[in-house]
Amino acid sequence: MNLNLTLLGQAISFAIFVWFCMKYVWPPVIAALEERSKKIADGLEAANRASRDLELAQEQASQILRESKENAAEIIEQANKRANQMVDEAKEQVIADGKRLREAAQAEIEQDVMRAKEALRAQVSVLAFAGAEKILGATIDEKAHSEIVEQLAKEL
Amino acid sequence: MGIESPTASSYIKHHLQNLTYGQHPDGTWGLAHDAKEAADMGFWAIHVDTMAISIALGFLFLWLFRKAAKKISTDTPTGLQNFVELMVEFVDGSVKETFHGKSKVIAPLALTIFVWVFLMNFMDLIPVDFLPAVAQMIGTSVFGADPNHVYFKFVPTTDINATLGMSLSVFALIVFYSIKVKGISGFVGELTLQPFGKWMIPFNLLLEGVGLLAKPVSLALRLFGNLYAGELIFILIAILPWGLQWALSVPWAIFHILIIVLQAFIFMMLTIVYLSMAHEDH
Repeated sequence: MNLNLTLLGQAISFAIFVWFCMKYVWPPVIAALEERSKKIADGLEAANRASRDLELAQEQASQILRESKENAAEIIEQANKRANQMVDEAKEQVIADGKRLREAAQAEIEQDVMRAKEALRAQVSVLAFAGAEKILGATIDEKAHSEIVEQLAKEL
Repeated sequence: MGIESPTASSYIKHHLQNLTYGQHPDGTWGLAHDAKEAADMGFWAIHVDTMAISIALGFLFLWLFRKAAKKISTDTPTGLQNFVELMVEFVDGSVKETFHGKSKVIAPLALTIFVWVFLMNFMDLIPVDFLPAVAQMIGTSVFGADPNHVYFKFVPTTDINATLGMSLSVFALIVFYSIKVKGISGFVGELTLQPFGKWMIPFNLLLEGVGLLAKPVSLALRLFGNLYAGELIFILIAILPWGLQWALSVPWAIFHILIIVLQAFIFMMLTIVYLSMAHEDH
């Protein structure tokens, strides 16, 4: 149990060990530890952010889905409405067309009737002339009596 | 020059003697052949065994930790890196808990103390005759020494020089930081003006001086005492008949696992506490 030079030798080697540890061992290890803890913290934060994003995206997706459903319903409704309208329009058109055709046909018939009447009238006047000629036995001056005959024909 | 069959007391004394190199009273340099010669060498002698083992263990510590530190990665740690990170994190936590100032020295200092002291203490668990027997073989066959004069005390922390060497270094750091943080006047003031004010300066100085000096002395003696006692008990157990030794040495060794870690931890913790006290202004 002698105190001797070993004391100094130990102190010196201790100092050298501490110096080496301080210079070459501690800094890289502690730096790595800090970096890893930062990495982990970043990772956790990223995970949090991602789950938040996911939630947001899900919400967005459901909203879009809802909107598109609404849109689709609206479109279908519009289409239905439009179809009904088209049917109605077509009906109206058909009715109008039918009416127009009937009117046209009626007008034509009336015209035909008129034309036939005219023709009959003309023939009546010719017949009247011929009858009168035969009755009178003489030639009637057509020019002189045509006025009378036409008047007659008009009255028919 | 055969090996004398030792008596119990000579066996114990042999195991408690360091291998000492120094100057004999007659002026020649060499190894001491017995305890008296070693004592006669006075201060200018060196314990070869303590130095060799402690430096080897210091290199082992630095080599291991440097190896891990060089290829440290921030990915999933494996093997040695795990162990090193565990130690560094543990020491860093202890330092941050106690020491609130900023210092680049204290944490590596604490790590060095903890691991180095632990390794030196760990030597205590090696059976008491293994390394001395190896040393004796080398001493007799390589250097032609008398086997009875080859001493080898292989637990550095059972040498008061080793523990006191460390604690005095810590003491130097305490004084250095006290002066650095508080200035010379602050440090002197702390020693003289407390606890009783300026009319009691001599008494204050005595009180505070004892308190200051007690730090390194208690630090060194606590570690030395624990390990010396532990080693002594291992030596005493080794005197028993060989068939009985395990019955005592195994429980004592298991208990000692606790002691060696605890003492390394206490040395480290007290160093941190003393240095943080040196950093604090009263």
